[in-house]
Amino acid sequence: MKRAKLLFLQAMVMVVALLIWHVVTAYPLLGDVKTIQFFFSTPAAVIGRTWNQLTGTEIYWHIGITLTETVLAFVIGSAAGIFFGFAFARQQLLAAVFDPYIKAANALPRVVLAPIFALWFGLGIWSKVALGFTLVFFIVFFNVYQGVREVSPTVLANARMLGMNERQLFRHVYWPSALTWMFSSLHTSVGFALIGAVVGEYLGSSAGLGYKIHEAESVFDVTGVFSGMVILMIFVIAIDSVVTMVEKRLLVWRPGQSSTTV
Amino acid sequence: MALPNHPHQAAGAAALSAPSAAPAVALCGLDITFHLEGGSRYQAVTGIDLSVAAGEFVSVVGPTGCGKSTLLNAAAGLLTPSAGTVTIFGQPLSGLNRRAGYLFQADALMPWKTSLDNVKVALEPMGVADAEADRRAREWLARVGLRAFVDRYPHMLSGGQRKRVALAQVLIRDPEILLMDEPFGPLDAQTRQIMGNLLLDLWSRDKKALIFVTHDLEEAIALSDRVVVMSAGPAAGIVADYRVPLPRPRDIAEIRLEKAFHEIHRDIWASLRVEVQKAYAMGDGRELVEGATP
Repeated sequence: MKRAKLLFLQAMVMVVALLIWHVVTAYPLLGDVKTIQFFFSTPAAVIGRTWNQLTGTEIYWHIGITLTETVLAFVIGSAAGIFFGFAFARQQLLAAVFDPYIKAANALPRVVLAPIFALWFGLGIWSKVALGFTLVFFIVFFNVYQGVREVSPTVLANARMLGMNERQLFRHVYWPSALTWMFSSLHTSVGFALIGAVVGEYLGSSAGLGYKIHEAESVFDVTGVFSGMVILMIFVIAIDSVVTMVEKRLLVWRPGQSSTTV
Repeated sequence: MALPNHPHQAAGAAALSAPSAAPAVALCGLDITFHLEGGSRYQAVTGIDLSVAAGEFVSVVGPTGCGKSTLLNAAAGLLTPSAGTVTIFGQPLSGLNRRAGYLFQADALMPWKTSLDNVKVALEPMGVADAEADRRAREWLARVGLRAFVDRYPHMLSGGQRKRVALAQVLIRDPEILLMDEPFGPLDAQTRQIMGNLLLDLWSRDKKALIFVTHDLEEAIALSDRVVVMSAGPAAGIVADYRVPLPRPRDIAEIRLEKAFHEIHRDIWASLRVEVQKAYAMGDGRELVEGATP
């Protein structure tokens, strides 16, 4: 009952928003309808275009490209982040020496790297993967570093008292602890991998969702831009729910919101 | 019955076969000073002489912050004393004490492992095969009354249940020495009694040397053969050493009602109270020693 009511209210928000959009663009309330439609399109047109695209085949090729870039950026960025996170956390000298450079590199807004990556890696998927990598790497790196450094001293002392050697400590204590921190930032890092891919595509490419939006924009096809954004939204929500599913499986041992610790 | 599978130490095995003349743990002239940041020092304990025989249950009581845990950490090899020696079955300790099991005051279970895996993992350093480790871990969990909780993660267990998993994790390795740091501290009174009886039951099967740190005098008397009283810190030392002349087996709830219990409690409290009051005077007495309530 309560859930139904909530769903109804949520749906109403969308209906009202679409209705306002429709009324403003379909009737000459704020000026010439043609001009307004040029700038804002109409909900019906956007929904129709989106439907046509989703029932066609071409869009799935673009989605596939963006997905490939996102996954590659995430996987490579995470792998490098985990490796360096561990290395730095266990080698204090290394961490101390590189600390200012890491901070400097992380301070740089990554978008400015897009042109240079396009130059180095071409306009194919790898320049986008590189951009996503620079975003994902630092998130994972900092989290893994933190995870290894912040292992509970008691858990560590206990594991050592149980006779574990360095390899066993790594497997049973450091690794799970670091992964916990990494998984807790899973949504953020997957999101950044996607940002890297879409921004990269937008700035220069021949395929992908970012390219679709850019292409529509360059011919002043506002309907195409909005419809591209809708598809991108659906795509992100789909990826995010996959991440949530993975997270639930991997972090089953963590106290959830519903359970209480006694 | 715990399987007589002693840890992997040739030297240790030799010492074992000798008659138990050498005490399980001997702390001799122990002095532990911490170097704090900014160059200052804090002398936690000084001049500690404590000897615990194999099979002996010794409790250490004292005011809060008197260095009881420090003492245990030294016996465990987690802390190197500034002066003095730690001898384990007649051999000087260097590095971690491989013949000891340590039950920590704080939660020490790996939160990402189920009860079963937490207990099982204790056998991995000993090279026990997986199937065998599984069987023995289940056996131990059943022994501590957690048969139905093998697949639970620590956060799904109550404080008492977590302590029981930790107890199984320590005991499955069958260490010759047990070090326990206020293991039942955060538990409620009823659970403490259940845990106390469980501990006595497990300990009496194959008597290990046990050093039990607590701030609860009644618990100390009810459980142990000897109660050692430490002075207020800093530079805490041992001020008294009492034998507990109560018969075993004991039920720790019932034994509190006996006359002999009250007599020994009165004696020990007399010396403990002085130290507790000193701790108060130094402004470190926010936490009461629980034996204080009449």
